[in-house]
Amino acid sequence: MKYYSYFPGCAVEATASALGLSVPHVAKELDMDLIELDDWNCCGSSPYGSVDKLEAACMAARNLALAEKRGFDLVTPCSSCYITLNRANAHLKEYPALRDQVDQALAAGNLDYHGGVRVRHIAEVLYNDITPEVIGAKVTKSLNGLKVAPYYGCQLVRPGFGFDDPESPHSLDELVASLGADAVSWPLKTRCCGGSLIMSEEDLALELSNKLLHNVQENGAQCIVTDCPLCQINLDAYQSRVNSKFKTKYHLPVLFLSQLIGVALGIKPDALGLQRNIVSPMRVLAPYL
Amino acid sequence: MADTTVEAPAAEVSFIDEVCSIPGGEAIRSCIQCGMCTGSCPTASKWDYPPRQAIAMVGAGLRDELLSSNSMWFCASCYTCTVRCPRDIKPTDIMHALEVIAIRDGLSTKRSRTPMMYKCFVDSAKGNGRVYELGMMLKFFLRTNPFAALKMAPVGLGLLLHRRLPLRPSRIKGRGELKAILDKARALGGAQ
Repeated sequence: MKYYSYFPGCAVEATASALGLSVPHVAKELDMDLIELDDWNCCGSSPYGSVDKLEAACMAARNLALAEKRGFDLVTPCSSCYITLNRANAHLKEYPALRDQVDQALAAGNLDYHGGVRVRHIAEVLYNDITPEVIGAKVTKSLNGLKVAPYYGCQLVRPGFGFDDPESPHSLDELVASLGADAVSWPLKTRCCGGSLIMSEEDLALELSNKLLHNVQENGAQCIVTDCPLCQINLDAYQSRVNSKFKTKYHLPVLFLSQLIGVALGIKPDALGLQRNIVSPMRVLAPYL
Repeated sequence: MADTTVEAPAAEVSFIDEVCSIPGGEAIRSCIQCGMCTGSCPTASKWDYPPRQAIAMVGAGLRDELLSSNSMWFCASCYTCTVRCPRDIKPTDIMHALEVIAIRDGLSTKRSRTPMMYKCFVDSAKGNGRVYELGMMLKFFLRTNPFAALKMAPVGLGLLLHRRLPLRPSRIKGRGELKAILDKARALGGAQ
């Protein structure tokens, strides 16, 4: 058994609830003990850091301080939380003045942080700690014949906290292949979906998502797999908006990596939140359920 | 020679120094204007001043023009420019720094709805300790364009029906403690 502190992140409680359901089930099958960080708060995500840098660093630091008390690596399934918490860690080391202010602020909440927490993404843990070989050995329903487009998006691999290549990553491809599925090669696998601009600049974000969906389809994939709540909601929940804006007819299910792994491990659809996908994955997954 | 010390007049902090003083912004002086950032940016065509030009404007001291433009608000934080920049200047972080200064000085443009979206996000995170997505979305649409909310209704309803949009916020227990931390942060200098 491998032990980790677990930082779900806000999206996992709402728009990415399928991620919140599937990750713990998959972790259990893979002998990972994910212990949820007690009373975690918002990581201090990009929008926060664009409004107030010091407050954003304090939001992240409260989580890091709570995690440090327990001592395990802090694992998150959200790409945005992953870079936000990692950046806070790096900035606290690099900028003593910031560190001093954050220390004083944390003290006001009876907390302290000494820089001892390693922040990791669940995909990185699955790839490096569990490994595709071990996952492959636990597969009970091989996804033989399923054509999957691994979508890395941005923040899992950029700006880069030591995991995979920022321009030409391969880890998700290997994880998908370990399940018996075909990892489809598609050029735009690290291109941006529009991120949070989907709310404020919808036309622009839909344009970016349309390029991705088009590229997935022309390369023959039946579904997309991602590890980012924002990418998932943009490509899944807004797929109908792309279809009406661009007169397209995409019907591409967008699964979280943990959902796809769960199917291959024989975990029941309910436990993986497969009914929570807006574009239903049931038809393409039917042979494996 | 009279032994007098003359105090230097309080020098106005230049725009580039201001950006340099924000974590992540310090390398801007080594920009060679190669254009890799603009060439890599998936949204550059929408910016009043695309990334390379925006960075040049910081150096040129065109403060108000840049801070009141829509430029940095179109940054989707994809970090493609950051990993490709041959001078390691982190344009993404610089755009975030410009956003912080623009909001702090009340210069953020009304032509982009992104500043309001970010503010709604922060309000939600601060109040509950976690972001309440439904509440944040409703607040954002009410403050910007309530009619856009109608257009969005099918997406919202889809999420609701698929149990992806809880009606109640999730709140942390340590809200008092978090508030004390954030109050102290504000007292120490706030937005920077």
